[in-house]
Amino acid sequence: MTRPAEYYQRNRALHPPALTPGYKTSVARSPRQSLISLENTISEITGPRFGHNDIDAGDNDLLTNYARPGEGPIGERIILHGRVLDENARPVAGTLVEIWQANAGGRYRHRKDSYLAPIDPNFGGCGRTVTDENGYYFFRTVKPGAYPWRNYVNSWRPAHIHLSIFGAAFAQRLITQCYFEGDPLIPICPIVQTIPDPEAVAQLVAKLDLNATIPLDSIAYKFDIVLRGRRSTLFENRLEGN
Amino acid sequence: MVQRLDYLRETASQTAGPYVHIGLAPGAAGFDIYARELGCDIAGPNAAGERIRVEGLVIDGTGAPVKDVLLEVWQANAEGVYAHPEGGGAVEDGFRGWGRVITDFDTGAWGFDTVKPGKVPGRMGRVQAPHLNLWIVARGINVGQNTRIYFDDEAGANAADPVLNLIEWENRRRTLVARREMRDGKPVYRFDIRLQGADETVFFVI
Repeated sequence: MTRPAEYYQRNRALHPPALTPGYKTSVARSPRQSLISLENTISEITGPRFGHNDIDAGDNDLLTNYARPGEGPIGERIILHGRVLDENARPVAGTLVEIWQANAGGRYRHRKDSYLAPIDPNFGGCGRTVTDENGYYFFRTVKPGAYPWRNYVNSWRPAHIHLSIFGAAFAQRLITQCYFEGDPLIPICPIVQTIPDPEAVAQLVAKLDLNATIPLDSIAYKFDIVLRGRRSTLFENRLEGN
Repeated sequence: MVQRLDYLRETASQTAGPYVHIGLAPGAAGFDIYARELGCDIAGPNAAGERIRVEGLVIDGTGAPVKDVLLEVWQANAEGVYAHPEGGGAVEDGFRGWGRVITDFDTGAWGFDTVKPGKVPGRMGRVQAPHLNLWIVARGINVGQNTRIYFDDEAGANAADPVLNLIEWENRRRTLVARREMRDGKPVYRFDIRLQGADETVFFVI
């Protein structure tokens, strides 16, 4: 029987630990016992797949997907685009990318958000797309605003867009946040600071991309996403220890 | 100096935050935007096997239910086949094996309907007991937590399951076993997830 090729073990040093007291909500929601490390089985190397039947063509355009006809959201028009790659630098094609964000004033369209900045009647704040054969994805939206949150009394989230990515296997599943180059709130954000590795933080900051900017229309930011890579060779592991 | 390995580095995880519903379950956030929300039907109408419901709470370290969790489930069909090119075969038309559910904003209760999965292959020619793979994200969870749901009416298969047997503390294995009961003639499995503290659920690095 052929053994399925495994995904590289996650480098936990690049990720935030579960318990990060500076981000207070993590304190009561983080396990105290060690996690049990599993070698990949069929349950981990498989995962849900999505296609163009699952979404609609306009779902990736947040400028129009909730706007009234002829209107649009208030805010700085931006393009968020990039590639989904794996650790081997190979494109992850045909994978679902979902995003959500606050509007330009920093307010979410959510029953639990009561920030005093107004809801934008023409902005929903979510989008989704499937990567093409090169792993490329593309959204149009407005740049989200910074907003206050109750961590410390004077905590502010930097402008950010949440991203959810599937990959080809449940082992690759990832949710992260994209920040924007030049935002002074990034280094003082308690949620950003959950990540101990400065390079890993830098990898979450989208760069202004003038080449992809549409002149007289929209500013572009490029945000590449890297999912776990996979072995290309198959090994029969020794039985010892099993 | 040595050569550099040219692997890319995986993108770091960040919490899904309190407003995860906007992106992944906008109807629950309170608005209607997509023609189709994803993950609402795990098994589809044609799947063989026993129709079951699974429900529970997610409980934090203070003992309180967590009311802003999103859970995703990934499972094989009743024959032990995943809907994936490497899933071990073909599945019924409409069977996805993947679902998404949120906890109730007031009570923290979650639940989904599906079919009971079959045994699936394990490593080294072993067999894994029927299980559901779970991925749990929420405000305050920095990296999505992975766990598994096993079934208490599969005692023999569970006793031989290579993953359950990896858990050194036998008393903790039961945190992964859902309890079956019948309700209105339908099997319902109860599975509470304890993020921390006494009877903390076993979580995995997968």
